[in-house]
Amino acid sequence: MTFPEELKYSRDDEWVKMLDDTTALVGITDYAQSEMGDLVFINLPVAGDACEKGVALCDIESVKAVSDVVCPVTGEVAEVNEELADAPETLNNDPYGAWIAKIENISDFEELLTAEEYRAYRNC
Amino acid sequence: MKLIFELGAEGRGLSLMPACDVPDFTLSEEREAPLHLPHVSENELTRHYTALCKRVHGVNDGFYPLGSCTMKYNPKIDEDMAALPGFTQLHPLQDVETVQGALEAYHVLGTELSEIFGMDAVTFQPAAGAHGEFTGVMLIKAYHVDRGDTARTKIIVPDSAHGTNPATAAMCGFQVVNIPSGSDGCVDLDALRAAVGPDTAGLMLTNPNTVGIFDKNILEITKIVHEAGGLCYYDGANLNAVMGVVRPGDMGFDCIHSNLHKTFATPHGGGGPGAGAVGCKDFLRKYMPGPLVVEKDGRFDFEYPEKSIGRVKMFYGNFGVVIKALTYVLSLGRQGIPDAAKCAVLNANYMMARLKTKFDMAYDEICMHEFVMSLVRLHDETGCSALDVAKGMLDFGLHPPTMYFPLIVHEALMVEPCETESKELMDEVCDIYLKLYDMAYENPQALHDAPLHTPVRRLDEVAAARSMVLRYQFA
Amino acid sequence: MGSYIPHTAEQREQMLALIGVKSLDDLYKSVPHDMLIGDKLALPDGMSELEVREKVTAMAEKNKVFKTVLRGAGAYRHFIPAVVKSITSREELVTCYTPYQAEISQGVLQGVFEFQTMICELTGMDVSNASHYDGATAAAETIPMCKDRKRTRAYVSATVNPQVIETMQTYCFASNTELIVVPARDGKTDAEALKQALGADAACFYLQQPNYYGLMEDAAALGEITHAAGAKFVMGVNPIACAVMKTPRECGADIVVADGQPLGLDTNFGGPYLGIMATTNAMTRKLPGRIVGETHDVDGERGYVLTLSAREQHIRREKASSNICSNQALCAFTAGVYMAAMGADGMKQCAKLCISKAHYFASELEKIGCRLKYDGEFFHEFVTEAGADCQKRILDALAAEGILGGQCVDGGILWCVTELVSRETLDRAVAIVKEVL
Repeated sequence: MTFPEELKYSRDDEWVKMLDDTTALVGITDYAQSEMGDLVFINLPVAGDACEKGVALCDIESVKAVSDVVCPVTGEVAEVNEELADAPETLNNDPYGAWIAKIENISDFEELLTAEEYRAYRNC
Repeated sequence: MKLIFELGAEGRGLSLMPACDVPDFTLSEEREAPLHLPHVSENELTRHYTALCKRVHGVNDGFYPLGSCTMKYNPKIDEDMAALPGFTQLHPLQDVETVQGALEAYHVLGTELSEIFGMDAVTFQPAAGAHGEFTGVMLIKAYHVDRGDTARTKIIVPDSAHGTNPATAAMCGFQVVNIPSGSDGCVDLDALRAAVGPDTAGLMLTNPNTVGIFDKNILEITKIVHEAGGLCYYDGANLNAVMGVVRPGDMGFDCIHSNLHKTFATPHGGGGPGAGAVGCKDFLRKYMPGPLVVEKDGRFDFEYPEKSIGRVKMFYGNFGVVIKALTYVLSLGRQGIPDAAKCAVLNANYMMARLKTKFDMAYDEICMHEFVMSLVRLHDETGCSALDVAKGMLDFGLHPPTMYFPLIVHEALMVEPCETESKELMDEVCDIYLKLYDMAYENPQALHDAPLHTPVRRLDEVAAARSMVLRYQFA
Repeated sequence: MGSYIPHTAEQREQMLALIGVKSLDDLYKSVPHDMLIGDKLALPDGMSELEVREKVTAMAEKNKVFKTVLRGAGAYRHFIPAVVKSITSREELVTCYTPYQAEISQGVLQGVFEFQTMICELTGMDVSNASHYDGATAAAETIPMCKDRKRTRAYVSATVNPQVIETMQTYCFASNTELIVVPARDGKTDAEALKQALGADAACFYLQQPNYYGLMEDAAALGEITHAAGAKFVMGVNPIACAVMKTPRECGADIVVADGQPLGLDTNFGGPYLGIMATTNAMTRKLPGRIVGETHDVDGERGYVLTLSAREQHIRREKASSNICSNQALCAFTAGVYMAAMGADGMKQCAKLCISKAHYFASELEKIGCRLKYDGEFFHEFVTEAGADCQKRILDALAAEGILGGQCVDGGILWCVTELVSRETLDRAVAIVKEVL
């Protein structure tokens, strides 16, 4: 399992890539996708909606389970990765390429972990 | 196997409709889209469906211990009675004077189920168990709204509940409060006490619960909810364990649904039609869905309850299913109803006693009509999951138990043998289960590969969900 | 008494011994003792099969079965080909459960997949579910499919079957949704009123085609008005009429529902029937209930499974949009066999017989002085004017001759004619009505 050094991680298994001080890309970690198994659908968030740290941003489905993607930041959804709608398997195959949403006007963060801390937290 | 659309030939068909004996009339606007339906001869048609039927496993084909589903034998007299033209040919909007027998059927079964439930009124309008849950929780909603107590916005549901419980509460506009189960699989009284309050509308509970155990604190549970001002809803999915032995009304519940297609032996039909009779205590009767069947001096009529929640369905319910349940209840009667419950419990405990020599039981105590095995240790030691063991059963001609439910038990297999299975058959089945257990250690790959002898082998569910081929495409 | 328990007394003892208890009652030790009902259970004694047959048959015989039915209003007596019951009474089909174990359930799964395909063909839609409880519950459950945070109100035409409206009202009371009834004008939906009523918060508008009075609505135009307001257009249809009328898809429907009873099911005093639900590709995941999908097994063999399950209550729990668990699988299977037996030609013939006979009957009634309450094209139902006294005289006279006359509606009688009623019978009915006018 890989956890790129340049990303930050939440305890709910999302990664955050800061583009500038108040803008970031958000996705799910390699650990999250492997726990869920083959993903078959993502219920994408809507651009323009407000999002809040610790609150579900959207959900993802495997054949037998559904799981919330918890937003690690408070801000506004600027853009969503529409390609995932037709190819949710990208979340499995390339979890760090498969960003889910671009969040802007970020005003608050969950306490985020470094790659090393996250690896220790998930014991993998 | 071919789809029916891949059979036959253009121009082939059955001769069913007569020539028109009145002047032709045509709509001014007709469909332009082509209508592709099968074009097969009667022989091709019946062979196709006969082939499909051979690719189905019903209760008549063998053991079917699907936990929580109560796959008991479906008596054939019940089918015969439901097929009487005096029932099947009735139009639902006939004058009540012409359907006195049909109303009597509703009334007689309603009276008998009221006694079994320990309730005062019964409606048969709901078409299924989940539909009955909806109706029951709506009674609770109507009760609070009628009293102006609109602060009651929460329904409490244990984490071991069927998914229909929280889904129903949400559909009825309530917030769901999930409470964890205790280590014994029962309601954690402290968690319940902490959860109730002035915002509690009610509690939804299955007893025996979804791990097959009768909650011995049941009176305390319903008391805690009542003292907080909430009502108690009984999910009758597991009523087969206690029918005629102990009544939900006496446990302190205010309303109940019962799946006639489980407890009262009506067949499941591949997922329906079922019927979800709903019973309630007298103080909730005025909110029942309308119309209700009532008797006055030997004459039957419909009555609309004073503060009815309204209809939950067209007409009065799945009448054909109700006739089957009526026949069943009349057949068993005062002695047969509790005896069936007791033997369902006997069979489950017998199988559990035989299987616990090797399998781990999630709760190793006297169970009710079903028990849950946890295959966590087996999985850790052999790599064979509950799914693998279940698939192994298929090659022995057995329908596997319910898998991965309840969610609070990992690698769960939930076995509900039902009272209609013989000791001889259960002995054979236990031998096979124990053999599969050994096989997991000796040749795990064989279980990963199972089944080998079914019409198709393990199917790719991920591909199905991703590709979404939900209909046949005509060329 | 009746019993289906196979155990001998000796076997019961053997089993109890292995469990380690003395009696059946010992198995209930966790039940508080005072709560056990014991011999106080007030049920009648059980019965032998012969006795129960006599008792239930006697109930059936108290009912009056009409040889001829001229009443519809939501339940329709049609011809049912012999093959339908012969196939669908097979015990494997009747006694199996929801196909959770796909490997040994291909028969049900494929049968439902074929049903889904036929429903898509009939309605013109992309996707169908495996069935809902009935037409009314299906109609009610389209509302949560259309609602979102901004669009929270639902609309229904006053020309919809009143029992369907009532069911929708119950569901809306449950979900705290406002349901607005759009008024009718001359027996049809008032398009102008609809246009006025739909606001920015409109989630959906539900139209019945043909409507409760049998009339063909201008569905395409009403669909356009609905879409112009940004709401979803939902149609409730008669599946037999679908064989000839403009399809819901051609009228712009986003969701189609129907009661599938006319497709090979007896009227059966109101049930079991089945709800049909179909929609567009875009709304597939909003569909409640089971859906069967095609896939392949490990050897590459084609097969079928329940799919898109993560929408459903057993996975999504309180976040599921519906609590539906079972469906009406056997009824859906029956409808599939019916449509396969009828074929496209048979379905169209049946629909045309219904229309032609209904129009013949209406014109014959007009000849003897009955007046049609509404102008406009109809399918197989229509309303003649009649006051309360007149309704009773007509219906009583027909009933005395074994004919179930139409359904009383406000100021009239709603008649229904299907392919089952011959011209000769219709002429006789007209003669009976003439006598009492």
